[in-house]
Amino acid sequence: MNTEINEAYEAEENNDSASAKRRVVVPGEVIVSGDDYLPGDGTRREGSNIVASKFGLAEEAGRVVRIISVFGAFVPRRNNVIIGRITDITHAGWLVDIDSATSAFLPIEESPRFINRNEMDQFLEVGDVISAKIWTVKTRGIDLTLKGKGLGKLEGGFVFRVIPSRVPRIIGREGSMVNLIKEKTGCNVTVGQNGWIWIKGDIDGQIKARKAIEFVSEKVFVSGLTEKVESWFEEQEK
Amino acid sequence: MTARPDGRKPHELRKITAKVGVVPNADGSALFTFGDTVAIAAVYGPRQLHPQHMQNPEKGILRCNYDLLSFSVYDRKRPGPSRRSQEISKVTEWALEPAVDLSAFPNQVVDVQIYILQADAGTRTAGINAASMALAHAGIPMRDLVCSVALGKIDKTLIADLDKTEEDFKEGEGATDFAIAKLANQDEFSLLQMDGKIQPNLVNEIIKLGTEVSKEILEAQKNALKKIVNQEETK
Repeated sequence: MNTEINEAYEAEENNDSASAKRRVVVPGEVIVSGDDYLPGDGTRREGSNIVASKFGLAEEAGRVVRIISVFGAFVPRRNNVIIGRITDITHAGWLVDIDSATSAFLPIEESPRFINRNEMDQFLEVGDVISAKIWTVKTRGIDLTLKGKGLGKLEGGFVFRVIPSRVPRIIGREGSMVNLIKEKTGCNVTVGQNGWIWIKGDIDGQIKARKAIEFVSEKVFVSGLTEKVESWFEEQEK
Repeated sequence: MTARPDGRKPHELRKITAKVGVVPNADGSALFTFGDTVAIAAVYGPRQLHPQHMQNPEKGILRCNYDLLSFSVYDRKRPGPSRRSQEISKVTEWALEPAVDLSAFPNQVVDVQIYILQADAGTRTAGINAASMALAHAGIPMRDLVCSVALGKIDKTLIADLDKTEEDFKEGEGATDFAIAKLANQDEFSLLQMDGKIQPNLVNEIIKLGTEVSKEILEAQKNALKKIVNQEETK
């Protein structure tokens, strides 16, 4: 179910593996000096220094220095798989709350099969939860699509929220973390880049899965997290 | 030389505490204290801006709200907005604006709420310090952190970080309250306000003193921000 999400994050995770050291920086702090370095995400050049432009973890990947955010609101990007809730039905599609600054729109053409305009509420009703992919991000708004593997309406289960910048860690390298959680709890889990997480399974499994995910999102800066989560599960079983 | 009522050296600040992440529901939050002055700031956003006529399609806007809570002073303050709180909200906004970069968030707003839990002079400066930490915590792109401090003069002595008794000092030349805000790593000031009188030649000196004590504030802000990440690491 999560192939799309995993693909989207593999690229970023690969970057992570190249990093040897990370350290916390605050805005205005000099990260490295030297003309050899290139300013990446969240950094800028001032003379021969690379200076932080936001709060987060600074990482040197080769010559490029960039900052990974650890707190803050979700900033939508193209191809992000998100979880949203239908808030309104218009003549051309659905309005979706995706917990970001601009509202998202799901056009009727972007549903996976043909939907009759008069029977839109039979496919998705106000309050329904969907997993969708961000198709475009413009200043006027965000367009979504449901065409893709693993996208569509999420029935049953429940949704809760974590800090959006912790999502890559919850998914893990090639989905290792989320797969581990699924395996140990027997639940169906979908993680949205906007920090919304959907879980469906039996009651005990759901509770356990949520606890596990909250455990991961708290320990987001620890290395070798998958092993830690495994031992956490063992502890829980006692 | 006039002695300070609480026995501090002229350039000594009151005890600073800085803490990040005090409001779990906000995107970013911080607490900052100068002695008995306690300010908390919460940042929400970037989010959709209403009313729509305030939207700027070129870049996001910063909206600050400063409020002195009714129990923060000895005589209960009438709650709600006042002329004073509106003015301070506005100067806080101007003090923080040069530090943040909202060009990536057109038509959106970053809301900063500042509440003064306890007031003993220097509330606007404590508020600005808390807000600058909270903005950083919320992951807002920033050029720099903002350090703010109230400087001043009692009789003929230049002092840093006045408390309420010093603000009400009446002898000799009386008291001067000179609030500044500085971009931490730049030689730029985003707030200069003064109450009272000062000799023109002392203004330069007071700004120099401000630059000096800002370093101490920056250190406290930095440590608080770094601590929250490291804390999570060891949890």
